[in-house]
Amino acid sequence: MSMSEVIDKVSIQVTVNGRSYQREVEPRLLLVQLIREELGLTGTHIGCDVTYCGACTVLVDGNPVKSCTMLAVQADGQEILTVEGLEQDGELHPLQKAFSENHGLQCGYCTPGMLMSSMALLAENPDPGPDEIRKGISGNLCRCTGYNNIIKSIQAAAKEMAG
Amino acid sequence: MYPAPFHYHRADSLQGAISLLSELGDSARALAGGQTLIVWMKLRFDEPQHLVDLGRIPDLSRISQEGDEVRIGALATHAEIAGSAVADLLPIVRDCGSGIADAQVRSRGTIGGALGSADPSCDWPTLLHTLDAELTCTGPEGTRTIPVSELVEDIYTTILKPAELITEIRFRRPPANSGGSYTAFKRCAPAYPTASAGVQLTLEDGDVCSDIRIALGSAGLKTVTSEEAENILRGHALTEASIDKAAEAIVAAAEPVPDQRGSEDFKRAVLRTLVKRAVDIAVRRCHGETIRGHHEYV
Repeated sequence: MSMSEVIDKVSIQVTVNGRSYQREVEPRLLLVQLIREELGLTGTHIGCDVTYCGACTVLVDGNPVKSCTMLAVQADGQEILTVEGLEQDGELHPLQKAFSENHGLQCGYCTPGMLMSSMALLAENPDPGPDEIRKGISGNLCRCTGYNNIIKSIQAAAKEMAG
Repeated sequence: MYPAPFHYHRADSLQGAISLLSELGDSARALAGGQTLIVWMKLRFDEPQHLVDLGRIPDLSRISQEGDEVRIGALATHAEIAGSAVADLLPIVRDCGSGIADAQVRSRGTIGGALGSADPSCDWPTLLHTLDAELTCTGPEGTRTIPVSELVEDIYTTILKPAELITEIRFRRPPANSGGSYTAFKRCAPAYPTASAGVQLTLEDGDVCSDIRIALGSAGLKTVTSEEAENILRGHALTEASIDKAAEAIVAAAEPVPDQRGSEDFKRAVLRTLVKRAVDIAVRRCHGETIRGHHEYV
C-alpha cells in the first residue's frame, strides 16, 4: 500500500469501566493502544506484544482477552473492564487487597493482567483449587513470584468474595 | 507493534463478506477471531490492504446436535465449544477446546479460523481428522462440502478458492462404546504445541477395536494420519504390543520439523508417548471412566 493512500478512520463506541467513549480510530489501532494512548488508562501493560504473556489482559463483555491481539474496531459497541475499573469508591477490589496482603507481586508488571484473568476465573469458578487456578492464569506469565503467592492471593480473594 | 495500514470492512452477512472478498481480491483477508492473523500482521508476515471482519455475521457460531449429526459454526470460539453440550457428550472435543492456548485466546479464537490458517500446529484440524469431519464452504460459486482431510494442500495453504469461506463443521456422533482423547505437549500454555495426538476408537465384543482414527499435529507440514497404523489395531483386541506397533507406524509417517520446540528425535519421542496416552484414555473412556483431559505443559 502506498504511503500516500488515505485510510478511512472508523468511528467506534466503547464502554470502558462504565464510561462511554466515542473515537475515530485507524483500523490498525490495537485495543491495548486505544486503552493506553487514546483513553489514557495506562494500568493495562504491554509485555510481549505477541499474545504470549497476558500483561495486556482486559475483560471484553466479561471475557478475558489479550488486548494486544484485538483491534480497537473489533471492540466497537462492547463493554471493557480494565484494572482501573476494579476499585470501587476508593476501596480496592478484594483481589487487589489479597494480592497486596499475600505478596502476590514483586515488580508488578504482570499484575494488571493477572488481576483481570483472576476476575474472569472467579466469575466462572468462585472456589477454584490450586490446579484450577494454575490453569486459569496459565496465559499470564510472571517472572518474579514463582506464582505461589499469586495462587495464595487468588484463594484468599475467593474466600473474601464468598463472604 | 502496529500492523501495516489496511482498510477495514465489517461484513453484516455471509453473502456480503463473500462479495467484498471477491471484489477486493488477493489484497484482502477475512478476519475471524484474529488470534493468528493479527499477530501475523503485527509481525509483518502478512500485509493485507483490506480486512473483511466476519465477527458480526449472525448465526455463524451456532453449535448444535440433531440426531447423530453435530454441527459447529465456523465462528464458534474455542471457549464456546469447550463449554457446549457437544463437549459434554464428546470428551475429545472438550480436551481440544479447553486445551488450546489459554483462556484469553480461547475467548477470541475460532474453529473456522484455526482450520483456515492451515497451520499444522493448530489443534482443531488434528482433532477433526479423528472424527472424519466435513466442512461446509461457501464462495462466489456456491456451497460445497470439503472433507477435513482434503482442506489443507500444504502448510498455510488450503484448497479454498478466492473469497470462499468455511461456514460450518459437521461430523457424525461416534457410535455407542466409542471413546476419544486429544492431547498436546506444550512448553507453556500460550505456546503452540510441540506435538499433539488425537485418537477416536470404538470397542466391540469385549475389547476388540472395531474402528479407530489416529491423527498427529505439529508432526509435519500437514496433519499426519496413517492407515497402516489404524489397520494394525482395527479388528483386533488391543494389546500393549499392538498399540506400541501402531504408535511406531504413525510416528514413522510423521515428518516433524526440528525447531526451537525440539529436535526431530525429541518430537518423535513425544509423539509416540502422546499416541499411547491418547489410546489409553480413549479406551478408558469407552469403558465409561470419566477422565478430565488436558494438554501437558511444565
